Order: sequence, then C-alpha cells, then structure tokens
Amino acid sequence: MNTHPTIAALESAQLKSTLPDFRVGDTVRVHYKIVEGDKDRIQVFQGVVLKRHRAGARSTFTVRKISFNIGVERVFLNHSPRIDKVEVVSRGVVRRARLFYLRNLAGKAARVRDQKDA
Amino acid sequence: MNSNPGIIGIKLGNMQFFTDDGNVTRVTVVEAGPVTVIGKRTKEKDGYSALILGMGERKEKHTNKAQIVAAQMVNQTPKRIVKELRVTEEYAAKFEVGQVLKVDEIFTVGQKVDAQGRTRGRGFTGVMRRWSFAGGVSSHGTHEYFRHGGSIGTNMTPGRTLPNIKMAGHYGDETVSMQNLKIARIDSEKHLLLIEGGIPGAKGSLVLVRHAVKQRVRKAGR
Repeated sequence: MNTHPTIAALESAQLKSTLPDFRVGDTVRVHYKIVEGDKDRIQVFQGVVLKRHRAGARSTFTVRKISFNIGVERVFLNHSPRIDKVEVVSRGVVRRARLFYLRNLAGKAARVRDQKDA
Repeated sequence: MNSNPGIIGIKLGNMQFFTDDGNVTRVTVVEAGPVTVIGKRTKEKDGYSALILGMGERKEKHTNKAQIVAAQMVNQTPKRIVKELRVTEEYAAKFEVGQVLKVDEIFTVGQKVDAQGRTRGRGFTGVMRRWSFAGGVSSHGTHEYFRHGGSIGTNMTPGRTLPNIKMAGHYGDETVSMQNLKIARIDSEKHLLLIEGGIPGAKGSLVLVRHAVKQRVRKAGR
C-alpha cells in the first residue's frame, strides 16, 4: 500500500544525509550518544555490518562485533539523532545482502575479506 | 453525553518520528480539516446544542438540490463529510457559522484525547480470531475440531444455551473509541494531528478526536 503523500513528507523531513555510504560487510565505527541522567557521552561500537534495512525514515543497520568472546549485535536507526557519526574502517567483499551466516562461524572463519586484499 | 471539544478528521496512516531526546514515537496521522462550521443546533430550536461540521468539497454531480440549498443558506459550498459534534452551549457560542476550526486552538501538544473510528470489517470470523480462543489440540486423535470453541453450555440444566456466549460471527465494522491517547504533534497549517498509538479504522476513514473524558488520576504515594 502506498504511503500517503502527507506522511511521506513528514517522514522525509526526518532523514539526515550525514551518514557515509557504507554497505553490508563493511567494518564501521558507530559513535553513539548515550544519555546518563542529565549528561551524555559518546560510545563507540565497532563491528561488521550484517544487514541494512532500507525503509526511509525507519531504516536500520545491524552491526556485529565479538566482545570478550561473546558475539554482540546492535541495531541502529539510520536517522536517529543519537548517532553522532559513522566511520567506515574497511570495505568488505561479500556476496550476500545479509551476513547472518557469520553468527555460526567463529575465529578466523568469521572474518570478512577486505576489499584491499581482493 | 460526551460534550468535550473535538474535531473530525481523516486517518492518513501511521508513522514514527524522533523526539528531541532521540527517542522514537509511533503515531497515527490524522488530517483534521480544513473543517468548517456549517451550522449549529441550539437548545431552543433543536433541544440540544451542537456544532455541524463540514469537511472536504462535495462534487456537484454527487450533490442533490437539498444539499445545495442548505449550503447556500449559510453561504457555504456543499461538504463531502457532514457531522454533528455535541458540545456545550458555552462552547458552541465561541464559534460562528463559516468559521474554520483551528487544530491548535482546540488541542495542545501533550494533551490526552479520545479517538473514535470504525474498525475494518473482517466479515464472518471464527472464535479464535474474534474472541482469542485457544482452539483445540491438533493431536491425540482430534479430527475436524482444530479451531472450534468447545462447549457452549450444560445439558439438562438449564437446557438451553445462555445468551451472550462467545461464538463465531461478524467481526469488525463497529465503532470503537481509544481513550487517553496523547497528542504528539500539531501542524495547524496543514491541519494535521499526530496522535501517539493506534486509532481504529482503515486509512482514509473518518475519525473523531475529542478531549479525553476519563483523565487518569495518579494516586499519591505511588
């Protein structure tokens, strides 16, 4: 069903264009604002982009990292004002749009090939 | 009788937006207008007081002569949607015929409102969907009894099925009110109301938004 033009206009007003162009398989550093009481600080989450959900103002991307041998995934809203910035650390070479197979792999097998090495 | 101030509108759909603190709010967008007061009901003449609200232009080919004349008598064009809004006499006195209702004058951001719509018709529906029954077990020799409601009463006493037993039947297409929804945002230029949460009805259906009748009072010490 088509979105009503009025809603489309309201949604497009929330889009922000400051995010760099990154793709599934890239390693990114997400600088995320965390509010603690009345203060906020910036936390960095670095990992591989598993998935990009492209849905206008509701778009999200999922980042996976291994923290103390535990896999941690976080879903970020693309246009959230809490995202300070996103840095692309490296570009990956992948053949899939969704890298969920990485969840079943560990160690060396769970790496994504870097574009520079390809 | 509910005589709280309110407005009629068209449900456009749902969306989400980021609040200033970065949280996401999910809202229903209601296009409330431009709504014009096209008449009044008064206690003296009609026995009750109400505002007659009109919204949208009615095409000439869909308008009959009575509607054209009725509109001409108040110097208005025939409206597509015409609804009465029961209000108190004091509130009705604030408005004149021909006046366009302003959304931001009726509501304020953060205010609690009730929204009324007509739910989407689901046709003849089984008990699992209509009344959230659990259905039957699908193993242990069951056959042809997976989505049934089970027993509908006892045998000799009282010897009949009691009234108001939940059974399959027509579901939806009924007027439903959602109470104490919060107004998240108001755009008075575009006549938009963004109301937190869902509102009954399909996209493009008519909704009635009024000030909340049951304000939730928080008890002290909690």
